[in-house]
Amino acid sequence: MDLSIQFDKVLNEARDISSAEIRDEIVQSLHEKSKELCARTVTFSKTKEDVRTEKLDAVLTSPIFGFPIMLIMLGAVFYLTIAGANVPSSMLGEFFSWIEGYLTIFFQWMGAPEWLYGILVLGLFRGTTWVISVMLPPMAIFFPVFALLENFGYLPRVAFNMDRIFKQVGAHGKQSLTMAMGFGCNAAAMMSTRIIESPRERMLAILTNNFVPCNGRWGTLIILSSLFMAAGFTGGWASLVTTAVIVGIVLFGIIVTFFVSFVLSKTALKGVPTHYTLELPPYRKPKVWDTVIRASLTRSISVLMRAVKIAAPAAMLTWILANVFIGDTSILMYFVNFLDPFGKMLGMDGYILAAFLIGLPANEIVLPVLLMGYLSTGSLTEVDNLMDLKQIFLDHGWTWLTALNMMLFSLLHFPCGTTLVNIYKETKSKKWTFMSFIIPTVIAIAVTFILAQAAWLFGWV
Amino acid sequence: MSNVYRVALAGNPNTGKSTLFNALTGLKQHTGNWAGKTVDMAEGTMQHKGETYKLIDLPGTYSLFSNSKDEEVARNYIVFEKPDITLVVLDATSLERNMNLALQVLEMTTNVIVCVNLIDEAAKRGISINEQQLTRRLGVPVVKISARNKTGFPLLFDTMDRLVKGIIQCQPALISYHTVIEEKISKIEPLVRPLIDDDLSARWVALRLLDGDESLLDEIKGRMAQKEEQTRGLKYPV
Repeated sequence: MDLSIQFDKVLNEARDISSAEIRDEIVQSLHEKSKELCARTVTFSKTKEDVRTEKLDAVLTSPIFGFPIMLIMLGAVFYLTIAGANVPSSMLGEFFSWIEGYLTIFFQWMGAPEWLYGILVLGLFRGTTWVISVMLPPMAIFFPVFALLENFGYLPRVAFNMDRIFKQVGAHGKQSLTMAMGFGCNAAAMMSTRIIESPRERMLAILTNNFVPCNGRWGTLIILSSLFMAAGFTGGWASLVTTAVIVGIVLFGIIVTFFVSFVLSKTALKGVPTHYTLELPPYRKPKVWDTVIRASLTRSISVLMRAVKIAAPAAMLTWILANVFIGDTSILMYFVNFLDPFGKMLGMDGYILAAFLIGLPANEIVLPVLLMGYLSTGSLTEVDNLMDLKQIFLDHGWTWLTALNMMLFSLLHFPCGTTLVNIYKETKSKKWTFMSFIIPTVIAIAVTFILAQAAWLFGWV
Repeated sequence: MSNVYRVALAGNPNTGKSTLFNALTGLKQHTGNWAGKTVDMAEGTMQHKGETYKLIDLPGTYSLFSNSKDEEVARNYIVFEKPDITLVVLDATSLERNMNLALQVLEMTTNVIVCVNLIDEAAKRGISINEQQLTRRLGVPVVKISARNKTGFPLLFDTMDRLVKGIIQCQPALISYHTVIEEKISKIEPLVRPLIDDDLSARWVALRLLDGDESLLDEIKGRMAQKEEQTRGLKYPV
């Protein structure tokens, strides 16, 4: 303790003789020394590459072309993902339903009881294989393509472009980097917000990260938009329209991010954005093969494992909930019926809200849970291609509005359980963890409610 | 007999630090291209000549002034955890910008190896670096490598080996500041010296006090209180 007092004495002494510019002077000396050292030890014989970097930056970060290029890049990545994932998705689906046929024969041959067959085949097997066949192909395309852009050095340029807008809404430019991380996983993005120095701006980044869809939600967005949005189009056009819808959804999420950041920085989190220097690394030729392998193997597989680990028990649980009856109504149906009036008001239904609630542990399982719910009450169609899937939705009264509102709700609703846990770990505040749950939820409810009411009022549906 | 030496990896973001970490430890993890990707410190081990090296991948930072959580984590590890070697990874294609961090590390600790990475990339752009000259001027070994292609690794391992065995002695060249600042340092440094452990650089602490880094002061005080408590705990066991 005594030492602590002595330390404070020295600090006061230091304060007395120090000056406001001393940090700048120290940094200045460091730069001068670096410069001097390098001038003596580094020699350049050609500068072709540097010129190329400058030329590329002039285009990619230009105030005029920067944003259109970003949109095109985003669109291209989604187009590749959507157009490329269809065929392998159906193939995987057919493959699993072929296996399911044999499993059924096997269970019949064993004389297994109905409930065991229900839990293991209709619940566990169908639920998990559905996650695999629907999610694996888009991820196996999306992640490597995204990683290639990252390795090439384009993502820091995105941050540079976005910086201008973030400053406008009172947030930090680095937030676009944490958002880019959120496209992969919101839970991981919570950790990445540590790069933002100011606690105020960091809180903004944490509270709004949820508005960029994580890969757990890409599946929902891609599937629903390709089933319902491009109905009147064929071939390449269909994928193009689907892409446009997804780009629109992502942009809407970004606009909500700006809006929430703006409102918060004028109210609960008042302040002026801090300055920082964003270093733009040189462009690098990505090691294509390495990146593709690493991104598809490590990222896709690990995300998939997480999905399967949570989807398997959730699928079983849903099947059980749907098949345990109290009176003549299953537990699931009590839950669904309870939520249904509210769901209808939002242009969705009780099943969808139930799926979102059961899907709190991980967004990956929302669609599978929904499907399980529908299948256990409706016609037991085999889902071996995407059109069967659409038929199940149509049988339950879906329209494009249902699909769009489910996509919007998926984009805007509360973060998944892991993300909430990480927010609490990072902020150590129950209040802010609760805020990060309630703000998106209220926005999701408001947006879907307004859209549904407007659609009915104007007779769009 | 085999020892375990701790090696901390420091460097700017985008210098291939994580690539080097992966190449050395064989531990596969994702390498990112933006700041702060490696916030949680990854650890891994490697063997060379019967010795075990425990590698700690510090967060990528542009400086160690503790402006952000990342910088504080990296700085605290180097200063207080005292790794046996601090490996500063620099990007050969933008050495001047990267050198700042190396100079800051040299003010904080003695056993430093400067790793100039991406040397293949630099060669392609016609940049050549005289590492012997740089070694002389910095007072610590400078090794040129390419982590992607694993070039320069034998020399790097050899340097690590000789450093931990005391065959190489580092004498980091310290920056001399403007006379005004130097005068202030010489006033504060003698006051600081009796208050801190021998293995903390008094000059560096004095500099930080002058530039008003109070988080460092809190850190030092906190660590001392902890130590005091431990010794007291030994005297009067509960």
